[in-house]
Amino acid sequence: MTATTPVRPDATRVDAPRERRRRPRRDGELQVDPRTAWATLGVLTLAAVYFLIPVWWLLVSVTKSNATLFSTNGFAFGDIDLAANVTDVLTRQDGLFGRWLLNSIMYAGVGGVLATLLGVSCGYALAKYQFRGRGILFGGIIAGVLIPSALLTVPLYLVFAKLGLVNTVWAVLIPAVVNPFAVYLGRIYAAASMPDELMEAGRLDGAGELRIYWTIALRLMSPALVTVLLFSFVSIWNNFFLPLIMLSDQDLYPVTLGIYNWYTQTREANYNVVITGSLLSVIPLVVAFLSLQRFWRSGLTAGAVKS
Amino acid sequence: MTTTAVRPRVAPQVVRGATRRGTRRVRGAILTLIAPFVLLFLFVYVTPIVYSVVQSFFSLQTSSLGFGEPSTVFVGLDNYTKAIESGAFWSALGRIFAFGFVQVPVMLGIALGLALLLDSAAARWVSLYRILYFLPYAIPGVIAAVLWAYLYSPTLSPFVALGDSLGADVDFLGPRVVLWSMANITTWAFTGYNMLIMLSALQAIPREQFEAARIDGASEWRIARVIKTPQIRPALVLTGINSIIGTIQLFNEPQVMRVISDAVNSEYVPTMLAMGAAFVKNDFGYAAAVSVLLALVAGVLSVLYYTLAMRRSQ
Repeated sequence: MTATTPVRPDATRVDAPRERRRRPRRDGELQVDPRTAWATLGVLTLAAVYFLIPVWWLLVSVTKSNATLFSTNGFAFGDIDLAANVTDVLTRQDGLFGRWLLNSIMYAGVGGVLATLLGVSCGYALAKYQFRGRGILFGGIIAGVLIPSALLTVPLYLVFAKLGLVNTVWAVLIPAVVNPFAVYLGRIYAAASMPDELMEAGRLDGAGELRIYWTIALRLMSPALVTVLLFSFVSIWNNFFLPLIMLSDQDLYPVTLGIYNWYTQTREANYNVVITGSLLSVIPLVVAFLSLQRFWRSGLTAGAVKS
Repeated sequence: MTTTAVRPRVAPQVVRGATRRGTRRVRGAILTLIAPFVLLFLFVYVTPIVYSVVQSFFSLQTSSLGFGEPSTVFVGLDNYTKAIESGAFWSALGRIFAFGFVQVPVMLGIALGLALLLDSAAARWVSLYRILYFLPYAIPGVIAAVLWAYLYSPTLSPFVALGDSLGADVDFLGPRVVLWSMANITTWAFTGYNMLIMLSALQAIPREQFEAARIDGASEWRIARVIKTPQIRPALVLTGINSIIGTIQLFNEPQVMRVISDAVNSEYVPTMLAMGAAFVKNDFGYAAAVSVLLALVAGVLSVLYYTLAMRRSQ
């Protein structure tokens, strides 16, 4: 029995952000009809082509001058002007693009770290303690996950306007720090990775509750923290509606809003600038995605299986 | 068989430990842990909701002679009546409904199909395909919309050029088509993300079940339909509700397409309508009423979808 049924200790554990061990070539004994295999491969490849077409077009277009963009086939390389495009993007309006990138890194970095800390702390308390109002709190957070957040942005603008926060970094940072999904994930991970016995042991050794959280729980949950951080970071980086409403000073724009702004202003004269800027702004995220894949999957799994 | 028995339970919601010892110190610790989030949550989520609901009953009115400062007046349900009687509101709502009824099932259908294929015994290079499908999600929504806008724009689009060379008149921006051009952007951006959620759920199903079904002579297709799909219901519920909420607040795509298509006006979708009412017409009461109505629609649809999806299982 044991020889034919490989033990997969992790394959079914979906709540901890640990990399699922690579499944041994599953169904290895199963004979797959070669025609089925080819058909499967064909469909999968067709889908891949669909997802890659715009990416390929972007990679090609980024090398073209504005004139070449209009005179050549969009999917084939023409004269290579990549360096000129990049220089153009980086030097335009006194290097505003670099500033936008830094702003995005700041918003998403600072906001993401704080959102993770606040969210996971709250989720940990929800998972490990019983206290009055716990049900209401959790219900409120679920409602927060479910409400279309764009609907809150306009009223939030008016509240912020009264407080003089509009058109400051705080207008983007404060809402970014509040991420109900981080609480939700934090609660799942805390329940999964922090045993009650360990808390009890900590108490017996005289550690306070916060110390147990800070020195034991957070350390045990550190892979989960990366997952939550990644989700928070990306959702802030991708946000467009909030900064669009809140900010009027170009120096405060995140890169998404900056590119949108160029897009609306430049029209055909400067398509190459928008295209090159888009690619440059996407590179950091794509790298983060590809290198941190396992954390993504763990977060998506937690969301899907526990809902 | 042993693996099933040993498998750690997924949901041990043990919340004991400090229950009865309810000392003040524990209470203080709990408060320290939750207070920062809760306070900010109240500020950023609850305040605007309350503010919106209150404001939706008021209107900014100038005196009939046009003198003096405009004042805020209680108008009861007037803003709601105005929304319900307004053609623009229904057109905007109709567009996101049409969008949602077509785009969401298409996207989730493709995502489920791809997830099942990747999970099937016939698939190879699973991790490569998984990354490729997920890649568009790494591109911020507004930037994806800008790139697609260029791919649609008559002067630049390689597709239009291709159509021209074949003698076909390809137009992505006409009044009848532009909504579906936007649907394509959303589908492109989110199919992989939804696929990944479903695939993760599929891979959590114990494999023994499939082996048993195969021994009983079930085809792969039947296993996918009868065994796999029903078991990832939570993932289907999650992706469905996410998509409904996303559709309700559809904004990036129409906002970007408006620049290149005359068929997209400033009140094309409800979010744009509310934004225009608030910032262009300074009619915040109306904007608030529209937002409240939309939130209600989102809530009703989510509950409806949840009930439907869960009932199917019985």
